[in-house]
Amino acid sequence: MTTPPSEERPARSDRSPWNWLLLVPIVIPLLTPLYNAEEPRLFGFPLFYWLQLAFIILGVTATTIVYQVGKKRSGR
Amino acid sequence: MSEHLTEIIVFTILFAVVSGMGFVAARWRRPDNLASLDEWGLGGRKFGSWVTWFLVGGDLYTAYTFVAVPALLYGAGATGFFALPYTVITYPLVFLVLIRLWSVAHVHGMVTPADFVRARFGSPTLALLIAITGLVATMPYIALQLVGIEAVLKTMGVTGDLPLIIAFAILAAYTYQSGLRAPALIAFVKDALIYLVILVAIIYIPSQLGGWGSIFDAAKSKFAATPAVTDGTLLNANNQLQYITLAFGSAMALFLYPHSVTGVLAARNRGVIKRNMSALPAYSLLLGLIALLGYMAIAAGIKPITTNGKADANTVVPQLFDKVFPDWFAGVTYAAIGIGALVPAAIMSIAAANLFTRNIYKEYIKRDATDAQEAAVSKIASLVVKIGAVLVILLIDPQFSIDLQLIGGVIILQTLPSVALGLYTRWFHRAGLIAGWAAGMTAGMLMLYNIANPAINHAHFGGSAFPLAKLGLDTKITIYAGFLALAVNLIVAVTGTMIARAGKLADGGDATSPTDYLADEGDPRVQKIELSGSH
Repeated sequence: MTTPPSEERPARSDRSPWNWLLLVPIVIPLLTPLYNAEEPRLFGFPLFYWLQLAFIILGVTATTIVYQVGKKRSGR
Repeated sequence: MSEHLTEIIVFTILFAVVSGMGFVAARWRRPDNLASLDEWGLGGRKFGSWVTWFLVGGDLYTAYTFVAVPALLYGAGATGFFALPYTVITYPLVFLVLIRLWSVAHVHGMVTPADFVRARFGSPTLALLIAITGLVATMPYIALQLVGIEAVLKTMGVTGDLPLIIAFAILAAYTYQSGLRAPALIAFVKDALIYLVILVAIIYIPSQLGGWGSIFDAAKSKFAATPAVTDGTLLNANNQLQYITLAFGSAMALFLYPHSVTGVLAARNRGVIKRNMSALPAYSLLLGLIALLGYMAIAAGIKPITTNGKADANTVVPQLFDKVFPDWFAGVTYAAIGIGALVPAAIMSIAAANLFTRNIYKEYIKRDATDAQEAAVSKIASLVVKIGAVLVILLIDPQFSIDLQLIGGVIILQTLPSVALGLYTRWFHRAGLIAGWAAGMTAGMLMLYNIANPAINHAHFGGSAFPLAKLGLDTKITIYAGFLALAVNLIVAVTGTMIARAGKLADGGDATSPTDYLADEGDPRVQKIELSGSH
């Protein structure tokens, strides 16, 4: 946010091997055989419901890591 | 009516407070003047992480979602839960795409997705098609927000059309005056109320119904008792592909909607968008828990309100609240749903108005329109859009809006090759994209037309689950129609591009350069646009 105004535009790139991490929370929640079952239950929730709710953590973790790594790489 | 008096009073007070905020919002971070689309339509393009989180969250998770998703689980069970994986995968999916869109839009002063297509592919025709697709997909969505308010009013015993008209007139007035600042400010209240309601609901209601275990058991035995084979608390062999493709297709469609783009472009910089991709899933947790209200309604023995012999499944959640909560808190929950309708309705009408102004009025009616004229046209267009939505709900069966919204999801997906892929590659030829769009639209409409749903007495447009048997395959498996239509679109767009290239058909120019897609706040070119924007 404090990039000094200059005529030369900073060389920036969105490319990073860490971006592949984003595939994990896209693919896993689409694999229905992973969670399409009644047991084991957690707090009364069938597996189908609690595991899909748990995938939210997967999504948050992946996007946070990619964001933080990207921030360090571009020095801001 | 009197038995609901407390609920009505609480509802009215909260609704009035929020409406007052909508009018005051025009003064929030007051600019020199509101007479430009950057200010009226994008709130000055200066929203930080928190405002964006509330704004986009309030935009994507609408009152209709909060009423309709539990209604789906109430009626059919596990298939309705697709809304959760859908909103989990959408953020990692669009994480890298949206920051590119933000950058190029800021360098070139773009306001709508069609603006981008116009500049990228040098084709006013393609841009017009994208704009019209966006308008057609958004209009029924606005109308559906009224369905959410209507469900609440029905449960409170309030009948007649007048209350609904008053609610929307107030909404129209403050959107006209304050632009995107109004829903951004109201979103704080809306979300605070929704989080409060759902937190209380998931702790209090299970304790009344014997715990989560017995809630799921009640749902399971309800579905076991029905003759239908497609329902149940788990998926079966035939609807898993539908579940996957519907979740994936909806995730791809979400940020193609013009109102989602409006929320994203109003962000201050790329970091705001990235942080929000990690923070917005908090709403997905909320949505997943709200969906389960459908099962709570089953366990509590709720039956939908029936008018003129038609059961309105959307009333099960308001009725559940009416049954289990004291009157004053039921009033708060209704206000949460009602106000929850106002935020997205305002943003959607602004997005639709911007599409009309930028891609129809400025492109085809008045090429040299000034910033002030653009803002004036957009403000009036936002009124017209809302009047249209009210008329659609009052004059035509609400089921029509629900059908249209279903179609909306399928058709907005057809803009993916031009908008989302266009952000990454300029390989496609404009003729190929137009042909692909036309093929995808046709395929999508044909499939939807051929989906019957005996449960709601529909021979056509009965849902989005297309039976593969209709293609001659010997199977009972269903697939999301939008997904198949997008596949057709892509195949035609690729083939069309190769043919156009081989035939040396003239292609449009590209007004963008590769570095435009990486620009951020503070870059000279981005600043230049901001300075020339509104002064």
